[in-house]
Amino acid sequence: MSRLRGLLPWVVPLLVLIIWQAGSELGLIRATVLPAPSDVALAGWRLLLSGELLRNVGVSAWRAGLGFTIGGAIGFALGLLNGLSDLSQRLLDTSLQMVRNVPHLAMIPLVILWFGIGEEAKLFLVALGVFFPVYVNTLHGVRSVDPHLIEMAGAYGMSSRALIRRVILPGALPSVFVGVRYGLGITWLTLIVAETISATSGIGYMAMNAREFLMVDVVVFAILIYALLGKVADSVTRLLERRCLAWNPAYRNA
Amino acid sequence: MTVDTSVAPGHVPGPLSRPMSPVGVGGGAALPVRLQGVVKSFGTLTVLRGIDLTIPAGQFLAIVGRSGCGKSTLLRLLAGLDTADAGTITIGDAARRAESPVRLMFQEPRLLPWARIRRNVEVGLSGRGAGPQAGALAQEALARVGLAERAGEWPSVLSGGQKQRVALARALVSSPGLLALDEPLGALDALTRLEMQELIERVWTAQGFTAVLVTHDVGEAVALADRIVVLDGGAVAADVTVDIPRPRQRGDAWAAAIEGDVLRRLLGGASQTTNGLVSPSGALPVATGPQA
Repeated sequence: MSRLRGLLPWVVPLLVLIIWQAGSELGLIRATVLPAPSDVALAGWRLLLSGELLRNVGVSAWRAGLGFTIGGAIGFALGLLNGLSDLSQRLLDTSLQMVRNVPHLAMIPLVILWFGIGEEAKLFLVALGVFFPVYVNTLHGVRSVDPHLIEMAGAYGMSSRALIRRVILPGALPSVFVGVRYGLGITWLTLIVAETISATSGIGYMAMNAREFLMVDVVVFAILIYALLGKVADSVTRLLERRCLAWNPAYRNA
Repeated sequence: MTVDTSVAPGHVPGPLSRPMSPVGVGGGAALPVRLQGVVKSFGTLTVLRGIDLTIPAGQFLAIVGRSGCGKSTLLRLLAGLDTADAGTITIGDAARRAESPVRLMFQEPRLLPWARIRRNVEVGLSGRGAGPQAGALAQEALARVGLAERAGEWPSVLSGGQKQRVALARALVSSPGLLALDEPLGALDALTRLEMQELIERVWTAQGFTAVLVTHDVGEAVALADRIVVLDGGAVAADVTVDIPRPRQRGDAWAAAIEGDVLRRLLGGASQTTNGLVSPSGALPVATGPQA
């Protein structure tokens, strides 16, 4: 029974694939609009054999990972700082909120002028996009730690370092994870746009290159790869969430 | 709060069945408490207007009063969570406080939900440098409240009464010299509350700390305390000695008489009570009236 339940989330994607394949076989979907899943799989196989797939996926994953780490770390650090210090929050929060309201993708022309089409441009955009959700949610998490617990820790003589490590950080963690998951979504979104507009490698570049030669199957395959990578990143986060938040009944064996 | 080093007069032996020594099993020494002219205001509202109170080391004192009479504020001052606007609070001397600290049990358990039960109890040793012993001490404190086998679990799986027992273990683990209890049983059901009262009395007898219990349940105060102080309008309205031998029987006629007396004082009938309460068994000397 539990095995069947494990398969349940995959029923809808599988059904879509079957209908899609059948529609293509029956000629209801033209191959120039949307090639059959089997053709897309074949295109993927060819890319895998040529080594192009792994190289581009590797480049994209590296950009995503590094950009996410930089943006996430800065967001987390500033969120923690502004959550703990009133002075720092008064000084910085308003400015950050103003910058937050600029869509980070609107910076692309400027970023290209600054960095050209090198790696820095993509890393900068990803980091900028990830920064805000992580910052906002960390700040919210730190601020919403139960003041009763903080008072208890003070009454029991806990040092400020122990207070941060044992009370504030664990209390803020569920909210930080929300920020991380938002940030991951933004990572892939940013990467697709950045690699499509200005790149010489990566999955986005692979898709744009295929468009030039009207290779629709490769384009569709690239899109599916993005979906898969996004899902993998999300699953890893959920696993981490379940491990780190095991104390919370809401996250236990979800 | 000014904490001077003058120590209140020597230990006054508690009632009949109390151990004579103020040094408890847990190794902590009971702390005497002296409040002199303690005033506390919040904005324009004066909550405590000149409290004078001497609590001998090892005594179990209950503070009762209506909501807003200042009893919780008084407890927060004792626990050092707030500071008095005027007057002095003396709790033992610094050396003895360092060895056997002041601990507070809140109305809610206030356990860290992300820490296992044993880790929660170890919080009670914060800043006391227990080092590698911490785990063993916490386990011992858990055994004292009867939860030794739950040490590895999350707080979320415990019942309300069990959580409060963990909170008690967290307060006991550092061998407190003064345990301040802020209506810790208020949210528990009647049966669990009785069990907790017995547990608190048991650990107090064993460890011999000074205990100050704030409660609105006069029955609870009579069951546990050596002495009951009635607060009214931010001042001590009555000071009643509960001279019932331990272990105490629930529903005892003697206890009922004291309970009735305290309740009358609480309801504002202090002026009608005579000095000296007549107990059912005849003339038992029960000190009443505000203490000089």
